[in-house]
Amino acid sequence: MKPASLSFSASAILGMVAMPALMLACLAAARAVPAIAAFPAGWVIPVPAAINTVLGWLVPALQPVTGLASKVFGTLLDALIVTLQFLPWPAVVLAVALVGFKAGGARLAALVLAAGAYIVLAGFWRQSMVTLSLVLLSVPLSALLGFLLGLGAFFLPRLRRGLELVFDFMQTFPAFAYLLPLLLLFGFGPIAGLVATAIYAIPPMARCTLSGLVEVPRERIEVAEMSGCSTWQRLVWVELPSARPMLALGLNQTTMAALSMVITASIVGGVDDIGWAVLSGLRQADLGKSLLAGLVIVLVSVVIDRITAGLFRPRSAVGSGKNRPRWQPILLAAAAVISLGLAARLAAPDLLQGWNETRGIVDLGMLNKALLGFVARYSDLLDAIKNAVLFYLVLPLRVGLAGAVLPMTWGFSMTPAVTAVYAALALLLALRQMAKGRPSGAAAILCLAALLHTGFVAFPWPAALALAVWAAWRAAGPRLALFTGLSLAFVLITGLWIPFVKSLYLVIVAVALCALLGGFFGVLAARSDRFSALLRPINDALQTMPQFVFLIPALMFFKVGEFAGLIAIALYAVVPAIRYTETGLRNVPPSLLETARQLGCTPVQSTLLVQVPTARPALLLGLNQVVMAAITMLPIAATVGTSELGQQIYIALGKADAGLGITAGLVFCLLAINLDRILRGVAGRLHSAQ
Amino acid sequence: MTSLSLPPGERRIKLACRDLWKIYGVPPREAAQIARTGDRAALQRERYGRKPLAAVAGASFDIHEAEIFVLMGLSGSGKSTLLRCLTRLIEPSGGSVTLDGENLLAADRRRMTELRRKAMGMVFQNFGLLPHLTVLDNVAFPLRVQGIDRPTREARARDMTGLVGLRGREDQFPAQLSGGQQQRVGIARSLAAEPEIWFLDEPFSALDPLIRRQMQDEFIRLQKMLRKTIVFVTHDVQEAFRLADRIAIMRDGAVVQIGTPAEIALVPANDYIAEFLRDVPLLRVIRAADVMRPATDGKPALPQFSTEDVLEDILPVLLGGAAAVGICDAAGTLVGEIAAADISGLFGTQRAMPA
Ligand SMILES: Nc1ncnc2c1ncn2[C@@H]1O[C@H](COP(=O)(O)OP(=O)(O)OP(=O)(O)O)[C@@H](O)[C@H]1O
Ligand SMILES: [Mg+2]
Repeated sequence: MKPASLSFSASAILGMVAMPALMLACLAAARAVPAIAAFPAGWVIPVPAAINTVLGWLVPALQPVTGLASKVFGTLLDALIVTLQFLPWPAVVLAVALVGFKAGGARLAALVLAAGAYIVLAGFWRQSMVTLSLVLLSVPLSALLGFLLGLGAFFLPRLRRGLELVFDFMQTFPAFAYLLPLLLLFGFGPIAGLVATAIYAIPPMARCTLSGLVEVPRERIEVAEMSGCSTWQRLVWVELPSARPMLALGLNQTTMAALSMVITASIVGGVDDIGWAVLSGLRQADLGKSLLAGLVIVLVSVVIDRITAGLFRPRSAVGSGKNRPRWQPILLAAAAVISLGLAARLAAPDLLQGWNETRGIVDLGMLNKALLGFVARYSDLLDAIKNAVLFYLVLPLRVGLAGAVLPMTWGFSMTPAVTAVYAALALLLALRQMAKGRPSGAAAILCLAALLHTGFVAFPWPAALALAVWAAWRAAGPRLALFTGLSLAFVLITGLWIPFVKSLYLVIVAVALCALLGGFFGVLAARSDRFSALLRPINDALQTMPQFVFLIPALMFFKVGEFAGLIAIALYAVVPAIRYTETGLRNVPPSLLETARQLGCTPVQSTLLVQVPTARPALLLGLNQVVMAAITMLPIAATVGTSELGQQIYIALGKADAGLGITAGLVFCLLAINLDRILRGVAGRLHSAQ
Repeated sequence: MTSLSLPPGERRIKLACRDLWKIYGVPPREAAQIARTGDRAALQRERYGRKPLAAVAGASFDIHEAEIFVLMGLSGSGKSTLLRCLTRLIEPSGGSVTLDGENLLAADRRRMTELRRKAMGMVFQNFGLLPHLTVLDNVAFPLRVQGIDRPTREARARDMTGLVGLRGREDQFPAQLSGGQQQRVGIARSLAAEPEIWFLDEPFSALDPLIRRQMQDEFIRLQKMLRKTIVFVTHDVQEAFRLADRIAIMRDGAVVQIGTPAEIALVPANDYIAEFLRDVPLLRVIRAADVMRPATDGKPALPQFSTEDVLEDILPVLLGGAAAVGICDAAGTLVGEIAAADISGLFGTQRAMPA
């Protein structure tokens, strides 16, 4: 151990004091100079208007092409929908079950049959077929484009960095933000949604293709070279087969992304698909309907996920091809079933009509009443949770401790004496960091204390800018610092600073909730195999669900408002927290744990003192995933009434202001990409330090 | 092929390299500059925050037809890099490589592909099998690349799998085989296109000792049949001395000694190499021809040995009381003799070596 006094050199003290001093100076100046307290409206550049102008001449120029594409795909889609809806449902379900049998044996086939039965009984058959048609049309398109992009990035290493950034934007750019220009280009209706789906679903395939090809073991490349392969032979016979598991993963992820986006895109309407059923249920306060429809989505996504994952599973070593049925009989049987269905439909249209178009057997009115009764019974508890989170988490971040600490909720108010205690506490913590030889840790604590005291919204923008740039620099060096600085400058001049900051704190609150809950469940799962096995299918289901579904329980229990949005975000983002905690802790070498036990640690001690610190890089990567998930969910949560960037995008959609939507979307991407890079930078530094 | 009857050292030169360099950590142009001037001081200067690393530093040697040439050295000494420079899997920074008199470094990609298809075969440390292909398809892979039709290449691949003792396993996948069996597939594949030169990069290192020994015997058996020119990389001294016609010992990218196993065993070039030899059973490495004196005339009939016999075989006779043994060449004429003193003298010099 280094003696504490050694770390108090002049430069260390400067490192500790400089940033906090700047913060305090900004805070003090903000009282006197309004331009520091809030970004002056006069400096804002009307970016949205500029984007609208550009779109104004771009859209007519592109319309002939896009109009044609829209016609072609519209016709295809119609044909697909008509066909699927024309076929009697037993034929379709049976055919899918056969494919499921090929992919995952009798269990998966049974799952397909059960899902089909539920869909029919709940009365969503027609809508499901529309959704299925959209997925069937968009997946091959996205997968092909993604594959080609990945291939291009593989052969042109120079373009890789740029393409990765483009993929980041494609995946984080909220769909609502580009739906509007797409509507202008492709016309009102499902095709705009289809294009939005493709934009969102291409990157997973492209990324997986690229990383699969890049990670082909060197020795296999050398084998190809020494056998005298041409570039083409090498690609087709060595690299692509080696990348097959990654390609399969990419296809699976692309399919799931497409499904998720198809549902989300239903917000523009135009087709009566299952997403629309959920949405209209939500809008008409018909919770029963949206719950049933949401369950359909869950089942459909689980089935699609299992089938795509199973079909392309790498040919396993042992008994390959023996215990799995061959394609030929499966396809023949499926074709037979389908033609039988067709024949039946043509022979006896009236008989089957009734079967296909039943409204389901559930009485929605009864269901709604039961649900409301259920929620009402627990309303006290739910309100308590809601208030606790609002008063102790959300408010302090929004208006700061100075504004949020009130006698009514906290039992005391921020009198000068309390503030002094608070400051002393922060200083003490900072000094402890100093004693450990971490001046920047100390500085970070002081800055965060100041931030927490004023709250996010009132925090002066120059201080926030400086803090963010400094964090980026510390995390990943000058390049990222520059990127972060430019990003925030863009946010400021577009005048979207306040919504941006609100989004940030909403993300932070959601992430904090996820980290708490996910960390707790993750630790439990890491300690108990049985709990882990219990949790896994739930996690799987949660992770395959389209984001939209998460709104249903949030709304059901907490009504429209910021808190419901928060719950939806947290539900969606909690899974990575659980997963990464569990795997991170489980990957701690057993020898370390044995050592801890030898030293007399209790189980709790060995988790806190040994496992968690060792697993820090993995945990941080998990945190990154949680943050990204939370950000993806923000614009969707905005539909139930959060007031931040997502809301701006939603408003832009309503006002048909494409420029505002795109600007807010860009700001959104910048938030996501900056947070991602900073967290990954910190994880990388931790990793190399260990 | 006329030179095959000669001893290895006098046969035609098959593959040669001169002043071959591979330098990592600097742009290729600068690496070439360092290689051309042999500027060792430049290797000490930090560039871009690290020193350039000469993985191969000025290697020169000739490999003769049907010879087993072993590259030996510790891990990281640059053996694999040197081997890959010889096949141009890695582009050397400087120097020359000639195959049958043709400058390989001047060959374009098409010519290189042709040479690799026709003249070179390679075995990899971790086998390098393609997991999605069956054993038969793996072995036939080099032929498929050449566009040979399926029946022909499968017949040939069947022969090769038979040759390495894997008959009956043609339809299995690599993951279903043990390590030794996988490397047999690797060997069969490298031989499928009937290469003239056979490169092996630590082919048996990933196997456990018993299997390794078995595979070495197998390798010796194959080479007796095939008589390929072989470049064999290993870090295992015993393996090197067991298999080699000649050995090149590498250290930090440079070749520090080249010679037959006996030459190296008898006159190690420096302490570093002498240290290596502590694990080598000298009696099994040194052959009669390496230590015999010219036969003195008129001696009565001595117990007779051949020039190829190792000391381990001769020693019991000498210890049994014979004053000397006679050594005959392949034709049966007496060419030399060995007395007990010759052998004990040998070990005297060994022991005197500073450790
Ligand atoms: N692509 C590369 N970039 C930088 N340095 C490399 C590269 N490849 C090899 N080296 C370095 O060159 C040196 C020689 O490596 P090489 O793989 O040839 O050693 P080796 O003798 O085959 O060792 P081993 O017995 O472990 O296989 C090592 O120090 C290695 O770190
Ligand atoms: Mg090597």
